[in-house]
Amino acid sequence: MMIKTSRPRPQDIRVDFKLIAQMIKPGSRVLDVGCASGTLLSYLVETNNVDGRGIELSQTGVNECVAKGLSVIQGDADKDLIDYPDRGFDYAILSQTLQATHRPKEVIEQLLRVGKKAIVSFPNFAHWRCRAYLAFKGRMPVTSSLDYDWYETPNIHFCTLLDFTALCAELDIKIEKSVIIDANGRVLKTQSLGKRANFFGMQCVFQLSL
Amino acid sequence: MSIIPPESNHHSVILGKDQPMPLDCGAMLSDISVSYNTYGTLNEAKTNAILICHAMTGDQYAASKQPTTGKEGWWTSMIGPGKVLDTDKYFLVCSNVLGGCMGTTGPKDIDPKTGESYGLKFPMITIADMVRTQALLQDYLEIPDWFSVVGGSMGGMQVLQWASAYSERCFSAIPIATAAKHSAQNIAFHEVGRQAVMADPDWQGGNYYNSDRVPRAGLAVARMAAHVTYLSETALHRKFGRNLQDRDNLTYGFDADFQVESYLRYQGINFVDRFDANSYLYITRAMDYFDLASDHGGSLPKAFEGSKTRFCLVSFSSDWLFPTSQSKEVVRALNAAAANVSFVNIETDKGHDAFLLDTPEMLQTMGGFLESTAKIRGIA
Repeated sequence: MMIKTSRPRPQDIRVDFKLIAQMIKPGSRVLDVGCASGTLLSYLVETNNVDGRGIELSQTGVNECVAKGLSVIQGDADKDLIDYPDRGFDYAILSQTLQATHRPKEVIEQLLRVGKKAIVSFPNFAHWRCRAYLAFKGRMPVTSSLDYDWYETPNIHFCTLLDFTALCAELDIKIEKSVIIDANGRVLKTQSLGKRANFFGMQCVFQLSL
Repeated sequence: MSIIPPESNHHSVILGKDQPMPLDCGAMLSDISVSYNTYGTLNEAKTNAILICHAMTGDQYAASKQPTTGKEGWWTSMIGPGKVLDTDKYFLVCSNVLGGCMGTTGPKDIDPKTGESYGLKFPMITIADMVRTQALLQDYLEIPDWFSVVGGSMGGMQVLQWASAYSERCFSAIPIATAAKHSAQNIAFHEVGRQAVMADPDWQGGNYYNSDRVPRAGLAVARMAAHVTYLSETALHRKFGRNLQDRDNLTYGFDADFQVESYLRYQGINFVDRFDANSYLYITRAMDYFDLASDHGGSLPKAFEGSKTRFCLVSFSSDWLFPTSQSKEVVRALNAAAANVSFVNIETDKGHDAFLLDTPEMLQTMGGFLESTAKIRGIA
């Protein structure tokens, strides 16, 4: 996927990547869906010694990955995951891409078919800043991390932390681990995935299994 | 980018002298003449050799003057000092395929049994046979493994065959605009071409070598039909539209009124000077027979099982001869076999021919892939 998405600020990306890396066992087989220019994938190869593969929609992204020595194919999270064999990967990662997919539910199901575990990170649309923006300005939130106007955003399927956990429940998906990050890139102390996390959490990282 | 053509060396060698090479059809072939060009220098560790596989009507003159036509090589955009296939860095080998007509044993050569040209007595050959011959050449050159095997179209079929049959002998593979099998449509086009050749009375059942007649008309028609398949409709339209050739009005006759007709006739006529009609029959047949999955019990992933080769596939969006879907099929199989695979589908309206043209996105993809792979291999 082309991640022209609600790209968090650089320091947040590093937090996000670090959290994902902490979830992944060294030496695993990893598929990064929507790997952009391969920053996360290279990071995982370096820090976790993973056997990494990627899918990326944009040709420039694929070329950048290939030039880094990564094995990446040009493809679409919505359409091309179906081509991967069952459980060929230890982890299938969807980092900051869920909200840009056409069929998020099917994509999550596919992630858990091709990967024994899935790791999904996304921006929480119920973060208090988004709520405040909508409540007081009456306009679709455009913030530093969601910096697109409504008519040109690639982010077509925003969800909140609670929406996501509800979908997992509906699909009988087990949330094995979760880390919620606030607007300052700090991990929320609360472990529960309740209303408080849904209010203060800006980024969510989930490790899922069936 | 340098415009100076790379230094090339043309060689010929007789292979399979002591031990005849078995062909897929069951026949044995010995004393196989192989003609090839090399560019660049083999390093001491022998880790920088790249095999370039040419397409159906290509030859070993990938980046040097073709002796018959006097034209520049077919991949000069790719090969040279500082270019993607960098002759300062890599040792490039490009050999004429088995069944060809530019110095490697083919139907126009003398059958040692009869002392006359083989003609149709030449055994039927396959893509795998072409690759076997190249493997003999690799042994002869004492290159333990290719750093990469690269090729487009039929060249890409050879790359896939290499990676499947001799995975341990190719560190990386770049199949471009190709497929793991020839489609019904492609077989159909080839059959049209072959029938055009065979319908020419000058073909004489393939025994035209000692006569003063060669099937020029038939081979030219075959080339014309094939050439259309190399271009996209958009490219044809952009190049020619309905423009008239050197005239202001229609002539109400069968002259080449349209530029596109004149272009195809030119393509056809030029081709017959440099290509042998029987070679055309044999090589098109070899492509038709290619089906990597059927060689592995119908499973394409099996063809690549356990492969350590690093793959980079390239397809072109407007290629209808080897459409993107066929490259994706290979990618899918490689993924199923847990191989290392990268893949790019390049947006272009140039059709199948894009792999021979100066297509910047292709050069970038291949350049990036080769450079990073060279680092992994430890080639400076």
